[in-house]
Amino acid sequence: MAKTMALKVNSETHSVSVDPGTMLLYVLRDDLKLHGPKFGCGLSECGACTIHLDGKAVHSCVLPVEAAVGHHITTLEGLGTVEKPSPMQQAFIDEQAVQCGYCINGMIMTASAFLAQHPNPSRDEIKQALNGNLCRCGTHMRIVRAVQRAAKTGRQA
Amino acid sequence: MNADAANAPLRTRAIGQPLARIEGHAKVTGAARYAWEHDLSDPLYAYPLQATIARGRVVSIDAEAARALEGVLAIITPDNAPKLQSDENKELWILQSDGIGFRGQFIGAVVAASLEVARHAVDLLRVQYEEEFHDADLRADRNDLYAPECVNAGYPTDSVEGDVDAALQAAEVSIDHTYTTPMEHNNPMETHTTVAIWNDGHFTLYGSTQGAHSLRKTLAPLFGIDADAIRVIAPHVGGGFGSKGTAHAHDVLACLAAQAVPGRPVKVTLTRQQMFQLAGYRTPTIQRIRLGADREGRLTAIAHDVIEQTSRIKEFAEQTAVPTRIMYAAPSRRTTHRLAALDVPVPSWMRAPGETPGMFALETAMDELAIACGLDPVELRVRNDPATDPESGKPWSHRDLVGCLREGARRFGWDRRDRAPRTRERHGWLIGTGVAAATYPRYRMPGSVAAIRYGRDGRYAVRIGAVDIGTGTWTALTQIAADALECPVESIVLAIGDTDLPNATVEGGSSGVSSWGTAIVAAARAFRDHHGRDPKVGAEASAASPDNPDEERLAMHSFGAQFAEVMVNAATGEVRVPRMLGVFSVGRILNPRTARSQFIGGMTMGLSMALLEHSVMDARFGEVVTHDFAEYHVAAHADIEDVDAIWLDESDPHSNAMGSRGIGEIGIVGAAAAIGNAVWHATGIRVRDLPITPDKLLG
Amino acid sequence: MKPFVYERARDAAQAVAALVADPDAVFLGGGTNLVDHMRLGVASPDRVVDVTRLPFDRIEQLADGRVCIGANVRNSELAAHRLIRTRYPMLSQALLAGASGQLRNMATTAGNLMQRTRCVYFQNVTTPCNKRQPGSGCSAIGGYTRYHAILGASEHCIAVHPSDMAVAMSALDARVVVLGPSGERRIPLVDFHRLPGDEPERDTVLRHGELITAVELPALPVAAHSLYRKVRDRRSFAFALVSVAAALDVRGGTIADVRIAFGGVAHKPWRATRAEEILRGTDATPEQFERAADTELAAARSQPGNAFKVKMLRNTLVAALQELAGAA
Repeated sequence: MAKTMALKVNSETHSVSVDPGTMLLYVLRDDLKLHGPKFGCGLSECGACTIHLDGKAVHSCVLPVEAAVGHHITTLEGLGTVEKPSPMQQAFIDEQAVQCGYCINGMIMTASAFLAQHPNPSRDEIKQALNGNLCRCGTHMRIVRAVQRAAKTGRQA
Repeated sequence: MNADAANAPLRTRAIGQPLARIEGHAKVTGAARYAWEHDLSDPLYAYPLQATIARGRVVSIDAEAARALEGVLAIITPDNAPKLQSDENKELWILQSDGIGFRGQFIGAVVAASLEVARHAVDLLRVQYEEEFHDADLRADRNDLYAPECVNAGYPTDSVEGDVDAALQAAEVSIDHTYTTPMEHNNPMETHTTVAIWNDGHFTLYGSTQGAHSLRKTLAPLFGIDADAIRVIAPHVGGGFGSKGTAHAHDVLACLAAQAVPGRPVKVTLTRQQMFQLAGYRTPTIQRIRLGADREGRLTAIAHDVIEQTSRIKEFAEQTAVPTRIMYAAPSRRTTHRLAALDVPVPSWMRAPGETPGMFALETAMDELAIACGLDPVELRVRNDPATDPESGKPWSHRDLVGCLREGARRFGWDRRDRAPRTRERHGWLIGTGVAAATYPRYRMPGSVAAIRYGRDGRYAVRIGAVDIGTGTWTALTQIAADALECPVESIVLAIGDTDLPNATVEGGSSGVSSWGTAIVAAARAFRDHHGRDPKVGAEASAASPDNPDEERLAMHSFGAQFAEVMVNAATGEVRVPRMLGVFSVGRILNPRTARSQFIGGMTMGLSMALLEHSVMDARFGEVVTHDFAEYHVAAHADIEDVDAIWLDESDPHSNAMGSRGIGEIGIVGAAAAIGNAVWHATGIRVRDLPITPDKLLG
Repeated sequence: MKPFVYERARDAAQAVAALVADPDAVFLGGGTNLVDHMRLGVASPDRVVDVTRLPFDRIEQLADGRVCIGANVRNSELAAHRLIRTRYPMLSQALLAGASGQLRNMATTAGNLMQRTRCVYFQNVTTPCNKRQPGSGCSAIGGYTRYHAILGASEHCIAVHPSDMAVAMSALDARVVVLGPSGERRIPLVDFHRLPGDEPERDTVLRHGELITAVELPALPVAAHSLYRKVRDRRSFAFALVSVAAALDVRGGTIADVRIAFGGVAHKPWRATRAEEILRGTDATPEQFERAADTELAAARSQPGNAFKVKMLRNTLVAALQELAGAA
């Protein structure tokens, strides 16, 4: 049943041997040990599993792994590290936009793909861009401020 | 050390500072490890088989097709499951009999090499049932309502003072209304997860839990082993809001599955839908409130009678009317709780159980009374503020509800409020404001222990088996330790999230940081007593949180005032909340950054409760049909405009050495009432049944 | 989830042939609905044929003014396209009112049309549902009906179609271009989705193996002055309680042209032809708008639990038309 496939993740090619119908999220988490993307619903309803597919934010929980072959996949780990966070990750730290942290992958991945397309968004545009990312701790306002801060940093850079 | 010395106020330096979250970098880069994510070799996956009837028994489970599937390692059913040693808690006593207590209950499991195979194998299991008539219908007119022995947190089921009926009869002004709150689900973003390894009579568990130690203490008797034979590891937990405060069936399932494949890690996570059946929920309530007052608005009678549901297999009695016992003074008062035991999943804790539904009803009723008396709702509450605890007669350690109301009114611009409802309209939106009070008891759980060791690096290793479910434990305990040891926060190396660390109580009742912090302070004082200010490398001390004699002498509660502005679309009934302000009196704030997030998070959940959240029970099936995030709406970015929280500058030296009273829950209390009261002010329509959805406001 | 064979279609003809050869095969677009259903056990195909890399990914203006939208154009791209935003604003608004950014990045035009109802009983394999399992009964009747039909339902099914995009396309007189084993055909969007009748398992008139290759929008000048108004419990990322797609051309106080469709109230996007008939040629006044709404909704049959939708839809339509008339 398992099939060997080549996945391009965070600029590296990985060979994985899994059932081709496995959702990409599980392959990232369980086979490649990339735990940035999270399982929150499995039905593309919460956004915790968001990754970039060719630079666009998509849900990895409803993407059969074979459908991702040939695309460039980026996860939270691909943006930055503890030592060298990306500007968006740094903005989330600066605004303390993390509580339990479980939704944060989706927030950062969605927001960074969004800012790449819309470098100068309004507060409402940010909120609209993030409307598929649920947060239960109630950190919404800090998250939006973090995206605003990252946008400002980006404009200055 | 005697209790007075152990509880003596701490000199605060780090405490009160907005220290950034210690685990922030790890969380924003994906480095923080949640339960599922620990690096374990060769893990297996277990997926549960669930009952599709609400009551009856399993006659047979045909596992032939599932067993033939490649990758299936074990199929566990009541026929072959290891025998559990305690049936005291029927929620946890899974796979032990053929009986079914609610739809969705675990009746088997498959352990397999991948989650997909396990899931597919479960789909192939063929179950035959003997179905019995089930009853999942909560109604006030049921004839089988009963009074539990006590309600959650050990409060008496009923309370009575004076002749309430006579006082209501004689009252110059009275109101009598029934309020309902629906079943609601905690829905932390991290699904409930347990990874279990069974090795030589020992379990290692990676859990998403609000209490590592309490989890193992619950599980140990089930498996007939000592708590020491279970290690629970939980460095980061993706929210809980009460649902991870007690063990649930999946914890037991993970352990049973691990016993079937000794030595191998077995991963179990609930799906989002399963969390609507197996992770607890806020019970639905039907609350009748009668208030009597004189023309000046002084309460003469308060009656709060609650009907709510529990499950037939395990009782949980939400303490819904308990806050009413301490909120307002009146010579005659009565509260009651009655339960319907139904064939439904087991209810449990959800953020501020009791206070959250109870204060929705009471504070809506107070708004209605203010209108009946022709009084400003802030003024009505001020007039009925009791000097001592009406329930116990004890003095308050500190009560400043009036201060919260006054400060909130000033900042919110309350004095500009129109007296009459449905006065303001802008572009088809009706605008109104509302207020409600909040309260939450100050709890401290006894038994936490902290250990401190001075290390070679010149830093203090502070060890306690506490958890951080997102509240900021990592950060706040570091600040407390720094002040207790009178050293910079950089000199503290905190370790939490592991039962190999000293005992810590559960994160519940907003008691976590206060309870654990008290133990850290005691340990630090013991450390300095023994080792002085210039300790040798390797110097150690440990201590338990001390008793607090003031707990017997004083009534300790936090208070708050919630203000909300709403806009209601005149054509469609849609509600927007452009502004919310919460003002809280909660003792000392340990970290203003994490504290603000806690308050705003609670208020946000309160907004969500007011307008959106509804677990719809289809009684025909005994099933919550709105069991995913597409149907069960929680507030999202667009719903949150401007939610702000402030606090009164105070310290409660009677509570503990830090002066804190706990803040995790009070933010949700009263929020829904404030919004509902604002909706009345905007539209003239009183909605007494949550959530306040557009259909209830169609003009 | 049942294991399945995944394959990528090489070209459209091969994709069609693959389905014709296998009655248990399905096309896979963005996966945002089909994969959900596979995970829930609602769908259990043996084979999924990924058609997202077929070259139907362009939005083109044809010489006669029509706009042709490739079946694989992602919802996000369609919503943002200049032609759509300027000539058919209701369509852009409808897309943006639906789902989330991530879902719109994944969901295709064809997949959006093909998405199935969000009826909670349809999606729960442990409850009876005539759409999922013909003859098993309709659990929604007598159950949770908040998101269910008030127009065109049957005793077998009261589910609604969840798409916002399709509602706008219905109002816009769109046509669906379909490739089948015997060649290409065009289906007016208003006829593409079905009412449930006694065959609620059939959502559309498509036959097994037919592949959507494009959606065509007519030139339709009235569409430039249009809007999509969606009323929902949550302000974002929620399905419609009711929605209205409306286009209005008022000249000298008289309605020269009008298009109206409803969402969230029927098994298909509900084209409000009766309301349009009343309005065409009359004065653009609130009274006429109300009369049109009442006439269209005279056929409404609600369930306990969703009677509010009649008034909500009426109010929403009237407000939408007033907004369009006021801005004219």
